[in-house]
Amino acid sequence: MQPLDIFQLRRRHAIFFFLVLVALTYGAVLVTEYDTVRGLTALPRAATWAASNFVPDAEAFRRLPRILAKLLDTVLMAISSATVASACGLVVALMGATTTRLHPWLSLPARGIASVFRNIDVSAWALILLFSFGQSSYTGYFALFFVTFGFIVRVMIETIDEVSTDSVEALRATGAGYLAIISQSIIPACLPQLISWVLFMIETNIRSATLVGILTGTGIGFAFDLYFKSFNYSSASLVVLVIVVAVLLIESLSNAIRRAVL
Amino acid sequence: MHLLQVDSLTKRYGHETLALNEISFDVRPGEFVAIIGPSGAGKSTLLRCLNRLIDISSGQVHFDGVNVSSLRGAALRRQRTQIGMIFQHYNLVNRLSVIENVLHGRLGYKGTFAGILGLYSEQEKQDAVRIIESVGLGEQIYKRCDQLSGGQKQRVGIARALVQQPKMLLCDEPIASLDPNSSKIIMDTLREINQNLGITVLVNLHQVDVALRYADRLIGIKRGQLVFDGDPNLITDHQIHQIYGSESGDLMLNPRERYAAA
Repeated sequence: MQPLDIFQLRRRHAIFFFLVLVALTYGAVLVTEYDTVRGLTALPRAATWAASNFVPDAEAFRRLPRILAKLLDTVLMAISSATVASACGLVVALMGATTTRLHPWLSLPARGIASVFRNIDVSAWALILLFSFGQSSYTGYFALFFVTFGFIVRVMIETIDEVSTDSVEALRATGAGYLAIISQSIIPACLPQLISWVLFMIETNIRSATLVGILTGTGIGFAFDLYFKSFNYSSASLVVLVIVVAVLLIESLSNAIRRAVL
Repeated sequence: MHLLQVDSLTKRYGHETLALNEISFDVRPGEFVAIIGPSGAGKSTLLRCLNRLIDISSGQVHFDGVNVSSLRGAALRRQRTQIGMIFQHYNLVNRLSVIENVLHGRLGYKGTFAGILGLYSEQEKQDAVRIIESVGLGEQIYKRCDQLSGGQKQRVGIARALVQQPKMLLCDEPIASLDPNSSKIIMDTLREINQNLGITVLVNLHQVDVALRYADRLIGIKRGQLVFDGDPNLITDHQIHQIYGSESGDLMLNPRERYAAA
């Protein structure tokens, strides 16, 4: 028998993969007793309901100044948590990166701490922190802070090792001290990536801050929660619209900044 | 009086790998020494042991009367300012301008504070400009290094080493990533530095013909051992083949003829 050529082999893999996917889907439908027909026919009804109820009306627009004030709270919280956490994260990343760590033993704890902070979801952090800070802005702030911190440490460790190993060697050879090497070589080399990740975290935090706000009773998330639970769907829909517009604005702004620095 | 004395220099990685085995040689002030040998022979490790970018396992290195092997901290940094280093991959901070990269060569002379802030005196800046012009980059002073060609980047590397006002230059495969024309410019520049400024040059090379053309003295390294040390005119084709292994004989067929023709 002829040995299989690579194309036949690849086709077999594709077919096998597709069959496994179908089996998994079918199995999941069986286990959860999901009624596909009812699920699909419910969609038009949901759309009709949303079109008639989930639309901002004149009364909702009268609340716009209050909603915008809440939005400002949330945006500022997202920005301050992202920037302060990134500054702290950069310091820990310097300890964790192979190029810049002061001692090999520091690397593992730095990565470990970052991993713990990152892998606990922002909503879980908010719930945990509720015990310490109650329903206040601190809870939301620290929840966003921790997740941003964990994320920034991880990506900056990789960036530092990737971008600056060579120039660090050169500066060590000139007799430059540790702090001078960091400020003159590592920071300039990593700055565009760092700014880009901070902007990314600000965008992410604005989205998360809405969710966290529902849990902690602060910011735009609280406004949404309040209107929604009091059956004021038209105002709740305006909150959603405002969030979408705000996120789009911030995204285009940070894209413009990225283009300028990269 | 010798500028550099290397005595039974040995470098071990772990317990098994012997990167350098009992290497001894002396270098007089103003010599142009080429170190040849196949990849992985230990040439780069040897250079990095001389300015202690790599720690020495055993043996002694004396530079200008100072025992380099036992230096630590500030004394080691002061020692490194006396030795400039040039790298195969230039090891510049690509996002910074030519002049900023060149001024990095002064960081070894700075205190902590001035080093972090990158404060350079007027005299240092003028010296840097003069040196940049002397390596033929007068037009590129404020250009970012990622806009330069390989040969220009290497000249920035040379300028960075020269502003250190070093007594010796260590060059680790300075032309291995360059085309023949740029290679010639770089090697000519190194020879001018050696002859006009009296700076001792130690250069790692793959290319035997280049080593024969430029060096006053040849050191051959094979599997971490010194196998030749002497006048390039006295090395035989047989010895060259021995250094590089018999299989590579065809590649460097009659290097002396190419040398004579060039």
